[in-house]
Amino acid sequence: MTEITTTEMMTVAASRMLRNGTVCFVGIGLPSTAANLARLTHAPEAVLIYESGPIGAKPDVLPLSIGDGDLATTADTVVSTPEIFRYWLQGGRIDVGFLGTAQIDRFANLNTTVIGPYDKPKARLPGAGGAPEIAAQAGETIIVVNHDKRVFVETLDFITTAGFLDGGEARARAGFPGKGPTAVITNLCILKPDPVTRELTVASLHPGTTRAQVQAATGWDIRFANDVATTEAPSEREISVLRDLLKRTGEAHGAA
Amino acid sequence: MAKICSLSEAISEHLHDGDTVAMEGFTHLIPVAAGHEVVRQKRRDLTLVRMTPDLVYDQLIGMGCARKVVFGWGGNPGVGSLHRFRDAVENGWPNRLEIEEYSHAGMSNAYVAGASNLPFAVLRAYTGTDIARYNDRIKTIHCPFTGEELAAIPSIRPDVTVIHAQKGDRKGNVLIWGIVGVQKEAVLAARRAIVTVEEIVDDLEAPPNACVLPHWTVSAVCAVPGGAFPSYAQDYYERDNRFYLDWDDVSRDRQRFLDWTRRHVLETKDWAEFRRVLAGTAKTGVTS
Repeated sequence: MTEITTTEMMTVAASRMLRNGTVCFVGIGLPSTAANLARLTHAPEAVLIYESGPIGAKPDVLPLSIGDGDLATTADTVVSTPEIFRYWLQGGRIDVGFLGTAQIDRFANLNTTVIGPYDKPKARLPGAGGAPEIAAQAGETIIVVNHDKRVFVETLDFITTAGFLDGGEARARAGFPGKGPTAVITNLCILKPDPVTRELTVASLHPGTTRAQVQAATGWDIRFANDVATTEAPSEREISVLRDLLKRTGEAHGAA
Repeated sequence: MAKICSLSEAISEHLHDGDTVAMEGFTHLIPVAAGHEVVRQKRRDLTLVRMTPDLVYDQLIGMGCARKVVFGWGGNPGVGSLHRFRDAVENGWPNRLEIEEYSHAGMSNAYVAGASNLPFAVLRAYTGTDIARYNDRIKTIHCPFTGEELAAIPSIRPDVTVIHAQKGDRKGNVLIWGIVGVQKEAVLAARRAIVTVEEIVDDLEAPPNACVLPHWTVSAVCAVPGGAFPSYAQDYYERDNRFYLDWDDVSRDRQRFLDWTRRHVLETKDWAEFRRVLAGTAKTGVTS
């Protein structure tokens, strides 16, 4: 087995968060890779829901877009987008929301809207998509994102998707149906919200990662748990299933 | 009552300067041929509504057809940014572009409200986010029964909705399957609707519960085979991922975008000629 990359470590760590049998609302990109890896390894009964309409999608290759045909043809059923958001998400049937983001702050609020002032942005990002309501209404949210100082920022220019807001009991007071972010998985570590302050705290470092690396890639003084663990390295099976999946995907999409 | 006609006739008759236009399709069945025809006919001052603006709206914005965009997520799916959209929002090129943004839950609920002939949609959304802070059409209301705080947003009522579907029949009934997104709601919310289809058949052979738009809900049905390219049409053709990647290059630069659009859209007479020209430029590896 060739050396495991940090991206592979991130994907495997994220996939392990998805328990077998749970109903998961999947974002495109890294979350979708992790969710499908989970389905192909320890969680064969996980139900993957994509916002374009497929429920119980079992794609053989990873979708490039949120509405690829393979999601529809392998799903238990395909419903309309209003139905996904009204009956399935708002209806309270989603256990886990699996999301990516452009930026995140210490309380796991997310920005995918704009860098700089809203009316005169330095960079206009795609916008909300499904994320705000997924993060509000799924039983819990797991975020998968690359660890970088431009991503882990002190202050967001725009809160697209609420995590723990100002921390503490702020989220509980806001009355969201879901309990919010339970883990943030990066290429360096696993962060979890402090049970009282809700500030993201490093719970586990991936093998070979140092505290200094994590601090250098974070835009605020990052906190570490008292008993920081070392993330279990990917097993041979996890890595071979992941690499096969990515290989199949590249071949199917013309490896453009 | 649906009229079976050419795409150019349908756009000319039903889609006018200043209209509020929804061209829907959630990565599947995107009405790209219809978007090109709007560019060709040089419509101006449009309010473009779409849950997920992608390449079609990038082209319309870059060619100066749009005054405003109402949306939930604007990007090149699987690739990255929409450069023309960004240039308009960040730099006002080719004209200032007003934006009104929601989320997918918001947009899809607003279409349902429009199709239901209601003035607004009610949903649990936007709490704790900045979305409502920058969009004064998102309001808070209280449930009259429980007092729960909820979001209210205006329903979407397009002047014209444009979609692409797999099949129409000779009366103009339309059958659509696979990922159907918000297309049915968008058609029923609109005053007029234009549908391009892969083929026109004698009998749709639609099973009960299939997504059928009866001919009396549609203004025009136009046979445009391949009309959703470079997106896909379930059971007809696959997504052309190469085009989406190439678009990232073509659209990044203003002049290159204008040259591409002139050569491929303005100087072609219809979709079939566009596909022939594109096949030629793609073969030489010169997409502009």
